[in-house]
Amino acid sequence: MLDAIDGVRLAERPYELAPSRRDDLEARGLLTPLGSADWSELERAAHRTRKSFLLDGPALHIFVVTLRCDHSCQYCQVSRAALTAQGFDMSLTDAEAALDRVFESPSPTLTIEFQGGEPALRFDLVRHIVESAVRRNAEAGRTLRFSMVSTLHHLGSDELAFCREHGIHLSTSIDGPAQLHDAQRPNPTRDAHARTLEGLARAREVLGGDGVVALPTVTRAALADPIGLVEHYRALGFRSIFLRPVSPYGFARKTKRVHGYDMDAFVGFYVRALDHILNLNAQGEPFEEIYAGILLRHILTPFHSGYVDLRSPAGAGLGVLVYNYDGQVYPSDEARMVAETGDRRLALGDVQTSLDELLDSPAMAWLRQGAVAEELPGCDRCAFVPFCGADPVYHGAIHGDPVGDRATSEFCAKHMGLFRHLFRSIADGDPTTLRTFTAWALGKSRTDIAEPGYVER
Amino acid sequence: MTGAVPLHTHARVSGVDRPEILKVLSPEEAVGSHLPPQDVLLFAEGIDGPSLTRPGDAPARVEDLRDRRVIRPGDVVRLRPGGSLVSVLYRRGSTSNTLFATERCNSLCLMCSQPPRDEDDRWRVDEMLRVISLVDREELQLGITGGEPTLLGEDLARVLDAISVYLPDTQVQILTNGRTFADAALAERLATIHRDRTVWAVPLYGDVARLHDEVVDVEGAFRETLDGLYQLGRLRARVEIRVVLHQLTIPRLAQLSAFIYRRLPFVNHVALMGLEPMGFAKTNRDRLWIDPADYQAELAAAVFHLAARGLPVSIYNLPLCVLDRRLWPFARQSISGWKNIYPPDCKDCVVRDHCAGFFASAGPTWRSRAVRPFQFEEFAA
Repeated sequence: MLDAIDGVRLAERPYELAPSRRDDLEARGLLTPLGSADWSELERAAHRTRKSFLLDGPALHIFVVTLRCDHSCQYCQVSRAALTAQGFDMSLTDAEAALDRVFESPSPTLTIEFQGGEPALRFDLVRHIVESAVRRNAEAGRTLRFSMVSTLHHLGSDELAFCREHGIHLSTSIDGPAQLHDAQRPNPTRDAHARTLEGLARAREVLGGDGVVALPTVTRAALADPIGLVEHYRALGFRSIFLRPVSPYGFARKTKRVHGYDMDAFVGFYVRALDHILNLNAQGEPFEEIYAGILLRHILTPFHSGYVDLRSPAGAGLGVLVYNYDGQVYPSDEARMVAETGDRRLALGDVQTSLDELLDSPAMAWLRQGAVAEELPGCDRCAFVPFCGADPVYHGAIHGDPVGDRATSEFCAKHMGLFRHLFRSIADGDPTTLRTFTAWALGKSRTDIAEPGYVER
Repeated sequence: MTGAVPLHTHARVSGVDRPEILKVLSPEEAVGSHLPPQDVLLFAEGIDGPSLTRPGDAPARVEDLRDRRVIRPGDVVRLRPGGSLVSVLYRRGSTSNTLFATERCNSLCLMCSQPPRDEDDRWRVDEMLRVISLVDREELQLGITGGEPTLLGEDLARVLDAISVYLPDTQVQILTNGRTFADAALAERLATIHRDRTVWAVPLYGDVARLHDEVVDVEGAFRETLDGLYQLGRLRARVEIRVVLHQLTIPRLAQLSAFIYRRLPFVNHVALMGLEPMGFAKTNRDRLWIDPADYQAELAAAVFHLAARGLPVSIYNLPLCVLDRRLWPFARQSISGWKNIYPPDCKDCVVRDHCAGFFASAGPTWRSRAVRPFQFEEFAA
């Protein structure tokens, strides 16, 4: 990382930079020596490597098998339906049509993710979709993966055995210690935390210790105690956490005054949590903050993480599709949430429509205007843009325009804050931190990275 | 000094009236061989050492070998009429058999161990084709070196075609500066033959043009080599990057390793190589020499950078005693047998059998201050 003085030198008088610094910048394509041939071929190749996900097509396919849920989380991004409500489940016909779309994607890997509502309330449908997908894949021959987002309350031994049989990865929400979790995620019996822990124990028994990952929704109430949140995850035996702010979509938007906060406050919280996690690693206990791992892969390697929510061109539609319970198809989970509040601009069409037509829909054309970060005002001159992404769904929903306004964008504020912090940490060069960062970026265990070797700074 | 069986010796040669390249076989093996008698020299062990006889209508004979160790059954040898020099062009069981493509080169590297000569040596193409037809079909590996082999153009394609016909299972390693592959058509012609068993070993000496061009002494070489590497990457050819370690390359070695990972993530192997004190390296000793003991930090930073990121990396040509102990797992016994020696004081070293040893050409001025034999007690703790 350049300090302020070298930054000015680079911009105005590069010949005043120390020769070794000048070489560093030249090798990274940031400085072109006078009279030298251009670097365009090198840059193009690096670009092709980083953007190779584009050639694959949609790999993540989210099935909202039911909108019904027995929780009434106030920040819930989705307008959930009551447990006994009628007409909020996906039909078999629509499920099969959605599978047609899944296998129309050219992607060599396909992940089918079950969401809700609470998908476990319709495990019979989950079963049907998994079995049908496996049958279709006997011919299609893709790498097929399954995952499910669930409170775990309704997963008994039969369901868990099915999850094990088909390698369905489970992901659950744990917002913190019982008091916080139960306040934020009320169920009828007011014992959501306890029942999730029971479900966690059942699931681990069948799927193994790492068979379930969890992530918290960080609300204003959680901001005060980042260390306590990390410690709670440790105490529950997790070896990772995915820290993300409460999402500004759908119904969460309406409750923002209660749960929301400035993105600066989230970044402050995040930095404290990350410091604590880095200390754990320094003491020899591997524990990963997943989002830092995604950002560090973009920073420290020539490859993309594959993460669909931080891409340019944006992953909405191109990397992920959501099949809603009612047979509507959306370009992302967030777009579905926006639509639940009545904004239909982001609906791609009906699930009976071919994938090509869905991706050629007016909604995709609208999103396209804000889908390439390198071309967006503000992003186009941002130092972090090679590692960042575009979020036309967020900007379309909140700013009314997929291009969005960087000055008031929470997406931008969050990523600016996190990138600044990570780059500062890399520049500080603490060897223990660099070792942890390298392990995360490369998706390896910290013990496999005896020494990170040279780290570019 | 131990080791190093040379590739040449003198002998009494009779019965040849033109240069001949022949396969040495034991009589037992010759019986079952697919080779016609005129391609074969029968090997016989006598009291006065081995003798070689060509059976059939054109008898030839080689006897009184000055160095009895040089020729063994399975080898391919060259005999010259009226001369006493016998050269081994292929040695059965050696892991460093190499075809010499040409003495011509388009670079002039400061440490070149085989300084180029600009003369017409296209006769070597026929020699290579002949040797290829006589190499053991089950041979695991074969090298091609020069000079710059790719200057042969279409003739190199003929050589590779012959390899893919006669030696379809043999791994081939070609040393090239990669510059000619900036020409996409040539790259496509050469890099698609025998593709899955060929490694193109390409040297890269810096992460900036100034540095690489200084080492290879050609302006614009860096750009051409990178363009060539991209062509190889595009064609999914297998690529090894070679870096020779010396005074000019050490200061940015770690940065170069990062450049390779970022810009050339498709490469299959990176070899970081100690300097061979031959040819221009001797002339340029003052510009190049740095005691390996003084660059261990830079070497470790580069090695661990690549290893952590999943790029296979090896250290060539450096004895274990000059290496940081953490780097031992990356050290290879890389020096070709015929020029590989261990000085007398290595006799009692307990890790000698795992050590690359030294180039036979390395005199006392090329000796690191860190060279010493290890004792068992050092590892007994």
